[in-house]
Amino acid sequence: MMDYSKIMCRRVQDIQPSGIRKYFDLLQGMEGGISLGIGEPDFPTPWHIRDAGIFSLEKGFTKYTPNAGLSDLRAAISRYLKRRFGLEYAGVGQILVTVGGSEGLDLTFRALLEPGDEVIIPTPSFVCYGPLVSMAHGVPVLVQTRAEHEFRLTPEELRAAVTPRTKALVLPFPCNPTGGVMGRGDLEALASVLRGTDIMVISDEIYAELTYGGRHVSMANLPDMYERTVVVNGFSKAYSMTGWRLGYVCGPKPIIAAMTKLHQYGIMSAPTTSQYAAIEALDHGDGDIEAMRDEYDGRRRFLVDGFRKLGLSCFEPLGAFYTFPCVKSTGLTSEQFADRFLAEQKVAVIPGPAFGPGGEGYVRACYAASMRDLAEALNRLERFLKTL
Amino acid sequence: MKNLLQLLEDDSTLTHAQLAAMTGMTEAEVSAAVAQYEKDRIILGYKTIVDWDRTQQESVTALIEVSVTPQRGEGFDRVAQRIYQYDEVESLYLMSGGAYDMTVTISGRTLKEVAQFVGEKLAPIEGVTGTATHFILKKYKEKHLIFPVQEVQEERFVFE
Repeated sequence: MMDYSKIMCRRVQDIQPSGIRKYFDLLQGMEGGISLGIGEPDFPTPWHIRDAGIFSLEKGFTKYTPNAGLSDLRAAISRYLKRRFGLEYAGVGQILVTVGGSEGLDLTFRALLEPGDEVIIPTPSFVCYGPLVSMAHGVPVLVQTRAEHEFRLTPEELRAAVTPRTKALVLPFPCNPTGGVMGRGDLEALASVLRGTDIMVISDEIYAELTYGGRHVSMANLPDMYERTVVVNGFSKAYSMTGWRLGYVCGPKPIIAAMTKLHQYGIMSAPTTSQYAAIEALDHGDGDIEAMRDEYDGRRRFLVDGFRKLGLSCFEPLGAFYTFPCVKSTGLTSEQFADRFLAEQKVAVIPGPAFGPGGEGYVRACYAASMRDLAEALNRLERFLKTL
Repeated sequence: MKNLLQLLEDDSTLTHAQLAAMTGMTEAEVSAAVAQYEKDRIILGYKTIVDWDRTQQESVTALIEVSVTPQRGEGFDRVAQRIYQYDEVESLYLMSGGAYDMTVTISGRTLKEVAQFVGEKLAPIEGVTGTATHFILKKYKEKHLIFPVQEVQEERFVFE
């Protein structure tokens, strides 16, 4: 009898299973259930983008691409970043096309971290940062952001977390699950802590196109920060292309070169069909971005307003497609709230602690759902709150 | 952000309370604005898109190209009025291009009913010089709504 727990990598075994999964398992068998749990656009990929992928297949473009991605795609990414965010990255040498933003994050950690290096991760945030850092032999240093700061990372919090072993800071803004954003002034305050250090910023900008106050600002836009920032982005959220598995990283040439080395051994190249579709998205998809963002914006306002009217305080999320209402007033923990709301009213939300420290007392509700579902979810919430 | 008209054009079932939340207006402001739009005939009405093929009820729709002699002093409007007054006429458009002048759509219960309307009502109208009737065999999309059932991807768990 093989004892696989003795064979398998200790670090993998130490990774905790997701606390989110059970909500989906429960929801699956439920008639009339509503999920505000999943973090995914509910639009299909715009047709002209799908069509470009299909056309590439018709032309027989089914081979590997260059390791770093099609040169036309990297040129298109370069133009796009300049046009939309004022970022200057050269298609050759500074951009690597990856299998989703997630691969970009994984590669960045693996390219940067020595065993024991610390990576500061503001929480609540996307669940993958900690495990990816651990698998790259790094040490995640979790720093709680707070509702009273609108879930921004403050320079004081950053300074308190920095040690001589700090290798990098993850900046997950606009933020999943809080919907928090960091403006230029907020970033400038962090930059003043980081300038003159060797700490790298890993800026996860996958939600950069989904902001509702003003345009997204990247840490790489700030003086002296360009050279200490790796920007991770992708097509999933901006163009509703989650299943195409396509993202990219941009940064200083030596780091991108190291990441390209890892990528070519582990992945070879990102999916070819997806890359052709992505060129179409970048060159002709600005209108799709605006249309989807406008759609989300209405739902966002509706859901936040609904929570507040029902007596749940909810800070205004200015990015991504999540709301993060506070459920402390119900007297329930986040998990009790999520469990009972699902069991009694068949609506799935995710308890805040699933996204790390600082999440207790909150739940994540995603508004990438139809208005009808959102309205019905609020009706059920009203009924649920009355039973408490 | 979408404005009130865009939101209502997409989904007229949204309540004024919902529209208020979505636009940041008060409910009273939404009601006042909608009333004004209706008064100004910017909002003409609220309808439902029905796929009659999924019901027991027989229905047939025809698209008719109509050639018209414009009337002195009144252009096409006088003839158009004589056409659109019929309840059977669903829509009527003045077209550019030389082949014909107007497009009419008509729905009826049977082919015969529609043919009868064209032959007995539409064609004899003064100023109408010719018609070409095309029956619609299958509706795929109307007002951005797709008629055939769309397959959905397998439900799945993702860690996001």
